[in-house]
Amino acid sequence: MKKIKVAIIGSGPAGYTAGIYAARAKLKPTIFAGEEIGGQLMFTTEVENFPGFPKAIRGPVLMDRMREQAEHFGAELEPHFITAVDFSHQPFRLWTQLPSSVSAPELIRLKQTDYSVLAKQIKQQPADYLVDSVIIATGAVPIRLHVPGEDKFMGRGVSVCAVCDAAFFKDKNVYVIGGGDSAMEDTLALTKFARQVNVVHRRANFRASKIMCERVLHHPKVKIFWNSQLTEIMGETVVNKIRIVTKDEKTDQLKERVLDADGVFLAIGHRPVSGIFTNEIQIDDHGYILTRKSLSAAGLQLGLTAVDKGVIAYPSMTTSAGVFAAGDVVDVRYKQAITAAAQGCEAALDVERWLENNQS
Amino acid sequence: MSSDIKGAVHLDSASFQKTIESAGDKPVMVDFFAEWCGPCKMAAPIIEDLAHKYEGKAIIAKLNVDENQNIAALYGVMSIPTVMVFKNGKLANRQIGFIGQEGYEKMITDALE
Repeated sequence: MKKIKVAIIGSGPAGYTAGIYAARAKLKPTIFAGEEIGGQLMFTTEVENFPGFPKAIRGPVLMDRMREQAEHFGAELEPHFITAVDFSHQPFRLWTQLPSSVSAPELIRLKQTDYSVLAKQIKQQPADYLVDSVIIATGAVPIRLHVPGEDKFMGRGVSVCAVCDAAFFKDKNVYVIGGGDSAMEDTLALTKFARQVNVVHRRANFRASKIMCERVLHHPKVKIFWNSQLTEIMGETVVNKIRIVTKDEKTDQLKERVLDADGVFLAIGHRPVSGIFTNEIQIDDHGYILTRKSLSAAGLQLGLTAVDKGVIAYPSMTTSAGVFAAGDVVDVRYKQAITAAAQGCEAALDVERWLENNQS
Repeated sequence: MSSDIKGAVHLDSASFQKTIESAGDKPVMVDFFAEWCGPCKMAAPIIEDLAHKYEGKAIIAKLNVDENQNIAALYGVMSIPTVMVFKNGKLANRQIGFIGQEGYEKMITDALE
């Protein structure tokens, strides 16, 4: 059993930035990077909105540099996933063990009831780490649609990483499902290879940034299906057709269509990775971890209970003292690399102060 | 390609077929990857570790899909990372997407049974 002062769970912009700050504060943090090291930006190409890189930087390169910077100042990197936690008393206990029945990437995608059974099993073993404080920066993972054919054709025409797989769809007719920034990026990545890129979006307008929307809307290879939902993916060995349902904007009538398709790229959004913290700290109905500065009514209320001399004490603290959270696992609103990094910084500064005030 | 190279062996279109055919019942694991693929970078250090751990027991190899599009197309690779295990010249297991350290190691131990 190892003892550590600051455990950072996650290796996206929030986790690495927390690592940089905590390491420079000489707190000797351990970053539990998990095997999916680097987080969501590992699934992107050019990051154009991170300050300091006027000509863009590739997502995986940016993450590699953040890792290097954290390690340079002394943050320790552990490639393991944290598989279970106990925040009920201090020091907190963390487990990295995994029953052979499940792989680490599967663990964070389990249904809550299945995870609870697993967690009980894991916690029968002695904990692997004893920690004084925790920064949760576990981020978010892509949402799956769970339509018929999705699992069957995963990797055979269905993809959750357009920038990885676009090159396999040269001169093909492909569909992107979604209307946010990641859907726009996927669409533009695919236009470099595919013959035609169709975007299926359930609303009548995109929620992506204006600059990305304009690039997509003005692209000659792109066709948009507004007010439409994917309901089935069909084929024999690989995808060759999809079924979509479109709602008429005026009459509200539904029209079903079967369309030829060579590829389906899912970009409908992300959900926070907070399953292993259920019952340990407060989490909202959508899976976001609550802190004293969460941008929600519950967050405001929690903040008000922690006012000290007119300001909120330790704003990034969760409902458990000594446990902090940052990045997409908390952020109900912004979800950018730069906001995640900023929140990681805030959490590390809060941890530093909290440790100073609470350690004898 | 020589047997004294440590770590994962890099295959190309010419050496791919020869490697899986001449390995006999020794499993050959092939990581289909590309330089620009983020999740492939997550898999890379794991594949490299397995190459050391199973040295002599299995052949652990990598194939760059950009440089060897014909092999990728032949095996219907449409998503990377894709990792395949061949045994006795035949495809024994194929896993699409990043499946983690335990997942990749299990592919080898299954093939060694």
